[in-house]
Amino acid sequence: MSTKILVTVKEVAEVDDEFEISGLDIDDRYLEYDLNEWDDYAVEEAVQLSEAGDDVEVVTVTLGPERSEETIRMALAKGADRAVRVWDDALADAGLLDATTKADLLAAVVESEEPDLVLTGVQAADDSFGATGVALAERVGFEWAAVVNDLDYDADANVSSVRRELEGGVEELTDVEGPAVLTIQTGINEPRYASLRGIRQAQRKPLDVHALDDLGLDESVVDSPVDLTSMYEPESEGDAVVWEGSPDETADELATFLREQGVVEG
Amino acid sequence: MTVLAVTEHRRGELRTPSFEIITAGRDLADALDAELHLAVIGGDVDGFADRLNRDGVDAVHTVAEGEEFNHDVYTQAVTAMAEAHDPDALLMPNTVNGLDYAPAVAGALDLPLVTDAVDFDADGTLEVTREQYGGKVETTVDVEADAFALTIRPAEWPAAEGTGDAEITPFDVDIDESAVGSTVTGFEEVGSGDVDITEADVLVSVGRGIDEEENLPLVEALADALGATLSSSRPIVDNGWLPKNRQVGQSGKVVTPDVYIAVGISGAVQHVAGMKGSDTIIAINTDPNAPIMDIADYAIVDDLFDVVPELIEQFGGQAPS
Ligand SMILES: Cc1cc2nc3c(=O)[nH]c(=O)nc-3n(C[C@H](O)[C@H](O)[C@H](O)COP(=O)(O)OP(=O)(O)OC[C@H]3O[C@@H](n4cnc5c(N)ncnc54)[C@H](O)[C@@H]3O)c2cc1C
Ligand SMILES: Nc1ncnc2c1ncn2[C@@H]1O[C@H](COP(=O)(O)O)[C@@H](O)[C@H]1O
Repeated sequence: MSTKILVTVKEVAEVDDEFEISGLDIDDRYLEYDLNEWDDYAVEEAVQLSEAGDDVEVVTVTLGPERSEETIRMALAKGADRAVRVWDDALADAGLLDATTKADLLAAVVESEEPDLVLTGVQAADDSFGATGVALAERVGFEWAAVVNDLDYDADANVSSVRRELEGGVEELTDVEGPAVLTIQTGINEPRYASLRGIRQAQRKPLDVHALDDLGLDESVVDSPVDLTSMYEPESEGDAVVWEGSPDETADELATFLREQGVVEG
Repeated sequence: MTVLAVTEHRRGELRTPSFEIITAGRDLADALDAELHLAVIGGDVDGFADRLNRDGVDAVHTVAEGEEFNHDVYTQAVTAMAEAHDPDALLMPNTVNGLDYAPAVAGALDLPLVTDAVDFDADGTLEVTREQYGGKVETTVDVEADAFALTIRPAEWPAAEGTGDAEITPFDVDIDESAVGSTVTGFEEVGSGDVDITEADVLVSVGRGIDEEENLPLVEALADALGATLSSSRPIVDNGWLPKNRQVGQSGKVVTPDVYIAVGISGAVQHVAGMKGSDTIIAINTDPNAPIMDIADYAIVDDLFDVVPELIEQFGGQAPS
């Protein structure tokens, strides 16, 4: 029996310490791109399942511009079998892709790929909606579980026994009937580094690019009542005293403070 | 007009976000000139409804279905309640359980969804304030719609107080059991062990700025020199460098030491949730814009690999070579 696992992966931007905002986003000069941390764990989980199972195919899907292919290839280098990238001028022009819109787009891919299991990250590190996976499940009529930090997958029954990580060190044990979407939490496994051999192989793995047309969607899919209207640096609420100087001077200030407070002896 | 806010409980207790969402819901209801209704689903619904009947609540709808949270039940119950009462705004908490049903409810009702609101302005078009890039910037999003769903970040609004005169009524909903595809089989407490970081007066807490496991002895030496206890942010535990019982934050421990020294920790919301009650917060971080600076009382904006060895020396310790 064969199993297909679809992993949604996003290339996210990380911001330099010093940066400038231009318009509705941080100026590209101050951004560095990488695979979303949560998705890295989701890819690893899928690859581990494929290594443990007989006939498991791992497909990644991203909504992203051409630039993201380099990042997507990293997931292939770590063991995913092939990749799908969805992009279209209409997406480039849409501005904010909110979670509902992303779920609509990913739903079209789920409908054509018909996976047994979909893994997403809990959240994207940049805009952190924390919503795309569950919105996708609802959209395609799959079961789901959010914030999964342990997965025991029974491929024959298509049942996922998961632990959901709740607040305050409590975990919920839940059985989820497939086909399901699981949103993966960091720490569930130890993501591997891509090997040189993996990176070479990744160059030859299929990476298909689909426009809206190819998915049977039209431009109205990106119409959303939710619009990004401004981005700014928050006014610091803090009134932190910043100790200035060389490391020995600042360390001295901190040491003096701790002694004066009486929290540390000596 | 109606604002419907969904509350939450776990293992017999209402959770704090349930009282905060009353405050947020009342703010929104005032702006929209609407009534505030609460949804209470599962567990001791009558007892919960009584305790939730605080100032500003106009009605409480209870659904006595199951003991604990089940996302299929919540999704069906909230969807049915929204269809019956046609709220202009549907508020849900941005908690782990909120993440597990809010997007499904918004989808089922075809409502636009904005998550993790830290503020909103509803005079005219709804404008929601959110954070992006790990809290380094804020954004506003406008929602052009007659009705919308919004999730509320915990600990941003104060808990509602007082006593209200809400009408408490059971809400009838036929849960479609065939659509319940998930079963909660139990709970487990994790992260206990020999060290209890919640008992410490002084915590030296290490984050991803430490870069490599090999560098950990440096902060250990600092903790030793200060007679402090070592704790950490989540990535350090995810990487297996420290055990789970050292993790501070939403999914770790909530700590309230006299002094909390955050070394190479950015101050993500889920981390801050576990340490903002510390008496004095000191941050050592190369990034002057890191969100931890917003809650720090004292800060050193510098490389931890330069500052920490000097500190260790100040206290007569020896930095590992
Ligand atoms: C559902 C959920 C639950 C979560 N629960 C928790 C939780 O309980 N606890 C928790 O901590 N997180 C939790 N997180 C994760 C959280 O979102 C952040 O990813 C995490 O807190 C980041 O940890 P960090 O600050 O150590 O790392 P980063 O955000 O990567 O920050 C590292 C910091 O180190 C600084 N730095 C780098 N190099 C140096 C140097 N040489 N000297 C000085 N400073 C340096 C950088 O400027 C940066 O500010 C949770 C997330 C989710 C979605
Ligand atoms: N543009 C995208 N392409 C592919 N997957 C995405 C995209 N945006 C979000 N996701 C997936 O949805 C998860 C949650 O993202 P979010 O709801 O945006 O915080 C991420 O971890 C990804 O797995």
